[in-house]
Amino acid sequence: MNSLHKGPATPGQHEVIKAVPVRHPGRWVGAAVILVLAAMLVHAILTVPAFKWDLVGQYLFDDRILHGLLVTLELTALSMLMGVAGGILLAVMRLSPNPLLSGTAWVYIWVFRGTPVLVQLVFWNFLGVLWARLSIGIPFGPEFWSQETNILIPTFVAALLGLGLNEAAYMAEIVRGGIQSVDEGQHEASQALGMNRFDTMRRIILPQAMRVIIPPTGNETISMLKTTSLVSVIALEELFRAGQNIYSRNFQSIPLLIVVSLWYLFLTSILTIGQYYIERHYARGSNRALPPTPVQRVRGLFRGIRSKSAPRSADAAVHGGGEGGGTA
Amino acid sequence: MTEQTNPPTDAQPGHPMVKAEGVRKSFGLVEVLQGIDLEVKQGEVFCLIGPSGSGKSTFLRCINHLEKVNAGRLWVDGELVGYRQKGDKLYELKDREVAMKRRDIGMVFQRFNLFPHMTAMENVIEAPVQVGGESKGEARERAMALLERVGLADKAKNYPSQLSGGQQQRVAIARALAMKPKLMLFDEPTSALDPELVGDVLDVMRGLAEDGMTMIVVTHEMGFAREVGDALVFMDGGVVVEAGHPREVLGNPQHERTKAFLSKVL
Repeated sequence: MNSLHKGPATPGQHEVIKAVPVRHPGRWVGAAVILVLAAMLVHAILTVPAFKWDLVGQYLFDDRILHGLLVTLELTALSMLMGVAGGILLAVMRLSPNPLLSGTAWVYIWVFRGTPVLVQLVFWNFLGVLWARLSIGIPFGPEFWSQETNILIPTFVAALLGLGLNEAAYMAEIVRGGIQSVDEGQHEASQALGMNRFDTMRRIILPQAMRVIIPPTGNETISMLKTTSLVSVIALEELFRAGQNIYSRNFQSIPLLIVVSLWYLFLTSILTIGQYYIERHYARGSNRALPPTPVQRVRGLFRGIRSKSAPRSADAAVHGGGEGGGTA
Repeated sequence: MTEQTNPPTDAQPGHPMVKAEGVRKSFGLVEVLQGIDLEVKQGEVFCLIGPSGSGKSTFLRCINHLEKVNAGRLWVDGELVGYRQKGDKLYELKDREVAMKRRDIGMVFQRFNLFPHMTAMENVIEAPVQVGGESKGEARERAMALLERVGLADKAKNYPSQLSGGQQQRVAIARALAMKPKLMLFDEPTSALDPELVGDVLDVMRGLAEDGMTMIVVTHEMGFAREVGDALVFMDGGVVVEAGHPREVLGNPQHERTKAFLSKVL
């Protein structure tokens, strides 16, 4: 602004740097190669008659497929809910100084993580064969209430138990890792303030552990979405089973498997986007400034093309005011 | 633990704020505290100095029971720390009871240990609301006054990662004060700070001392100890080597080990 120079070594204003960016010719070559390969693949897929794309289009929004889709979504949401809630409970139990709690959690995780989820699903489904009636009463004494197992646990509930209880064991290990990643000083600070173990966990440790827990949980959710296809073995009509039912009658297995896969791909894509925003939310406080969202980035790119970005003003300059002397 | 021939009674008449008798603490085979005896009077600024590994931080952490004492007795405000005495038997306190006693003892850590997912304001009101059962509005009002006192009223909405080390430590002091403690423990509060930020934190501590807060300060700031301290203890190898008024101990050390240490830090 003013051209007053104080001292010999003070230069004037520097102009904004306009340098030629580093060129990446390799990227352009690579992109061309990949483009050609992709074109070949798309061409091959579209021209092979066995894919029967007209049938794919016809069944994509079939009522039976859409109903299966709904069941898959419900099953995924509910079993993940069970998994996360159970996982947090098990992880906190596992880390408890109470040997009864940590022992119980250990045995649970050992059993449910150590057996195939497919076996667990079948087991829950056939529970009625093992015990025809379930009852509430005094152990080894009289019963107050009882019900037929198959009524108490219909196929959907059996599927939910199989997936949810198994997931809880995996989530427990993820949550435990998250809890243990929180600095020991956080425990000490909360204890020193007189907070009890429960409040410390709920208010201080778990919110911080979330940052570590969320990414693998998103991964588990995506995995769960596809694992729900296993419940087709106990004849619950979810997305995969719906497709199976249709092609067992019309023998168009490839087009229907494509229909089913397209839906799975669509749903996992949505979950991936959701995961991004949840991770961003929990990064609060650990990053000085949150990274821009993809939408913001695209907008910034267009803006950047029109005009070079102005240098951002450094905020939060260190405030060194020594007005600390107390007047009480 | 109950081998003492003459077990002292639970409550001490005309008691000091903190009293230690033969306090011992080991981690595995290493005995970090080898019999500490000292007394901190009410309203006193009590400085603990010594080389690293001398046990001064461990002793500080024993006072609010973050570490369990292996032998000896430790009293805060006339009450035994971590145990209840009936006859000549000691009973461990429940977690709840230990937490209850910690409310009255503020602690400030070398690494600040602010809650990173909460703003400065939220850090300060956390314990009063969750532990003290205060209403949010009331707690917020007091917190604002405390933040003003440490010179950070304008940073109430900032997260710890947006604050400098010195600012974080001052928020940590405000957080500890929010529980209206009768005793404040400072564990090397300025050791992790850039030199030019140390002054602000020491200013806040000086203000506290002027208001009559009982403070136990583990520190390497000899200037602070000399100016503000009422009593000073030099520890080495898990024992108290020399004790007295800061000006005497720092100006005219009697013990060889004290002289050797001070010649290095002064």
